[in-house]
Amino acid sequence: MSQSNEPTGAVAAPVKPAGAGAYDADFNLKPKFGSEPAPGERELVMDVRTQDMEMNMGPQHPSTHGVLRVLLRVDGEIVTGAVPYVGYIHRCAEKIGESVEWLQYLPYTDRYDYLAAMNNNLGYSMVVEKLLGIEIPKRALYLRTICAELNRIGSHLVAFGTYGLDLGAFTPFFYCFREREWILSIFEKICGARLTYSYIRIGGVFNDAPPGWLEEVGAFCDDFEEKWKEYNDLLSENLIFITRTANIGIITPEDAMAFGLTGPCLRASGVNYDLRKAQPYELYDQFEFNVPLGEGKKGAVGDCWDRYDVKMQEMRESVKIIRQCLAGIQEGPILAKLSSALRVPEGHAYVGIENPRGELGHFAISGGDKKAIRLRVRGPSFCNLAILPKLLRGTMLADTVAVIGSIDIVLGEVDR
Amino acid sequence: MLAVNLMIESLTSGAGGGSNWTVDLIEWVRKSSLSKSLANLAGYEEAPTPPDWLVAAVGGGIGVGMVIGFVSIVAMFSIWLERRIAGRIQARIGPNRVGPFGLLQSLADGVKLLLKEDIIPSGADRPLFILAPALVMASALGMFAALPMAAGAGFTDLNIGIVFIIAVSALATIGVIMAGWSSNNKWALYGAMREAAQVVSYEIPLGLSLLVPAIVAGSMNLREVTEAQSIWSGSCWLIFQNPFCLPAFILYFVAALAEVKRAPFDLPESESELVAGFHTEYSGIRFSFFFLEEYGAMFIMSALGVSLFLGGWNFPGIDILRGGWLVAAQLLVYIVKSFFLIFLMIWIRWTLPRLRVDQVMVMSYKYLTPIGLILVLGAAAFEILVAGGQPFSERPIWMQALTPVLVLFVFLLFLWMLRKQARDSMAAPFTTPPSAGAPRPA
Repeated sequence: MSQSNEPTGAVAAPVKPAGAGAYDADFNLKPKFGSEPAPGERELVMDVRTQDMEMNMGPQHPSTHGVLRVLLRVDGEIVTGAVPYVGYIHRCAEKIGESVEWLQYLPYTDRYDYLAAMNNNLGYSMVVEKLLGIEIPKRALYLRTICAELNRIGSHLVAFGTYGLDLGAFTPFFYCFREREWILSIFEKICGARLTYSYIRIGGVFNDAPPGWLEEVGAFCDDFEEKWKEYNDLLSENLIFITRTANIGIITPEDAMAFGLTGPCLRASGVNYDLRKAQPYELYDQFEFNVPLGEGKKGAVGDCWDRYDVKMQEMRESVKIIRQCLAGIQEGPILAKLSSALRVPEGHAYVGIENPRGELGHFAISGGDKKAIRLRVRGPSFCNLAILPKLLRGTMLADTVAVIGSIDIVLGEVDR
Repeated sequence: MLAVNLMIESLTSGAGGGSNWTVDLIEWVRKSSLSKSLANLAGYEEAPTPPDWLVAAVGGGIGVGMVIGFVSIVAMFSIWLERRIAGRIQARIGPNRVGPFGLLQSLADGVKLLLKEDIIPSGADRPLFILAPALVMASALGMFAALPMAAGAGFTDLNIGIVFIIAVSALATIGVIMAGWSSNNKWALYGAMREAAQVVSYEIPLGLSLLVPAIVAGSMNLREVTEAQSIWSGSCWLIFQNPFCLPAFILYFVAALAEVKRAPFDLPESESELVAGFHTEYSGIRFSFFFLEEYGAMFIMSALGVSLFLGGWNFPGIDILRGGWLVAAQLLVYIVKSFFLIFLMIWIRWTLPRLRVDQVMVMSYKYLTPIGLILVLGAAAFEILVAGGQPFSERPIWMQALTPVLVLFVFLLFLWMLRKQARDSMAAPFTTPPSAGAPRPA
């Protein structure tokens, strides 16, 4: 294992030293840093021979948003290489999907992206519904959309608040949790849970809206639009915030597409791709809303500020969608009739939905049984994380935090 | 070591012409009837004159005890204040359980920290690891010795008080570097290196901004600078005596923020980047030393600003009081003014994001240092060319009255320049150095 014949770098050494492969003598995966200079970079000739330092950022670090471990190679304050290591909260979600019944798997979907559990429920329910080929009651569709969009706001609020924390601004975090608290209590009223809802079920939703619930959602929308301006005053237009985020971690549209980014990360680079518009599902083709794109208002297109701004704008668009839902919702059944021992017809299906962080895809193969043969999840955070090494090279240590925060990953979904 | 010697010497001999209270105290004890009867019992006519070293030791001991007590109380109150204000700013309440308004929360936390296990990492450099918090704390205590709190009431009266405070404040940096190095932790090392770079850089604008009041008041002695601000019934603060003093005060405040590592310059302990910076590996009482030092240094930097720019203990109307009441009122004025500046620091911390390390350096060398040089030159030119080298109180009335107008004008000009600079710096943002990521020679 310690000897390998594959070349390790651009320059092939005549004699391979021991442990030259992907693993070192102790069978640990060796870090692979990109060592070739980026186009336009000069080669630095130094008088004093110095050595780059390698350091672990995480898995216990305040700003890796969970248990991400990034191995950094640093030259003073400048990061010359970075490798993210994932898998610290891998919980075998996909394998569990093969061993529990279709309905039983729903709570596990809550746990991938725990900030957007409603959207995860929706994605999973939709793939099973596609296999079943059933009709969802109209009221259930409206309730689903309201909950998914509310959850998108709640998720973006956390992204916004923790981004402030990453850059050393504490106060926005508390402000956004004030609003998030209201969202969570709204969810608590309709399904009894505040984080892991399992509210959106296969065939509809689990519970009808209690009396006054829809009015409260409307009141929240009114209040939120006021508070949204407060956030911009506090953080978005702050000079220090702009200098910390503008022109940092620029993702070009080509890169964004090549790395398979989705969600705000992709749209901040100016690529207009939102599954709610591109492949409208549920009721999204009936609603009027814009897809905010990165415009490079403060720096280059696709920098950290743009990614932040796209998320901020999306919250307003979500409010718009919720308002239209509240106007259109009618009385009616909320759950399609299904047997409790659900047997899904043989076949396979893929459904991708627009999660707050990007495209959440579920691919299911059914053998006509109570359980799935194979259940595969495409997590947006995991795919977005792939561009991290490229973004981090050449930035400063403090920008590392800004870039990781702007990509907005949830480690529960990266590892599943 | 020089600083410590200087401190003890100044405490005992009253350098700079202040009252020699230690000698008075010992003399009072010696003359008391108890001492006399004890001396009689031992067969002496009266109690013998104590040797100089005993006077020095007693005086130093009392002084250090007072300073430690004062620093601890001030730091604990500042911590409570910070947490309450932060709570207010962040739409929450803050500590409100221990004691009235949660005032004793800091004390409870202190007791908890005292009782915690003393952890020294196995890879740490033990002597340095243990010495570092003590050195940091000593610097905070030493700085207090030179502050004039009220007329005739200070721990000491140094003729080079400004220089002394700057010199002793630099000691803390050594302690921080020691802590970062000895922790055997890369994050701590980063914190220490950032601290060294930042404090050394910001001492230049800080020193320049302190030169302005020294030029205007004509003295390095904090007591004399304060007394120069006592005219107009204590309302003619130094910022009104020279048009360049108010910008200098702003410059001083910004540099002091960086000097005491407060946000937005809290790079050495930026918790979102460096976990906890230089004190990552510290816990328990050693950590609390760093914590106390931060708040102690905040108070000192605020108090120094108050002494030099904001009139020190002077306040309009309190000069109708006499004797002890006057001293008490001056002390109150001094502490309230200092806490106002601390409040500003807290307000800034909970509002602004953190700067990046290169932006901090650029700010010091490209903006603050040139501004400081201009202000020193401007202040000196005003003193000599316009005021003809006279002290403020001896200038003609029309000049005295016109100065505040000039102050306002220069201040607005200064603000306009700052705004322009800020816009320019936004127009040309930082780009990563071209060398970054390039291969290193083998």
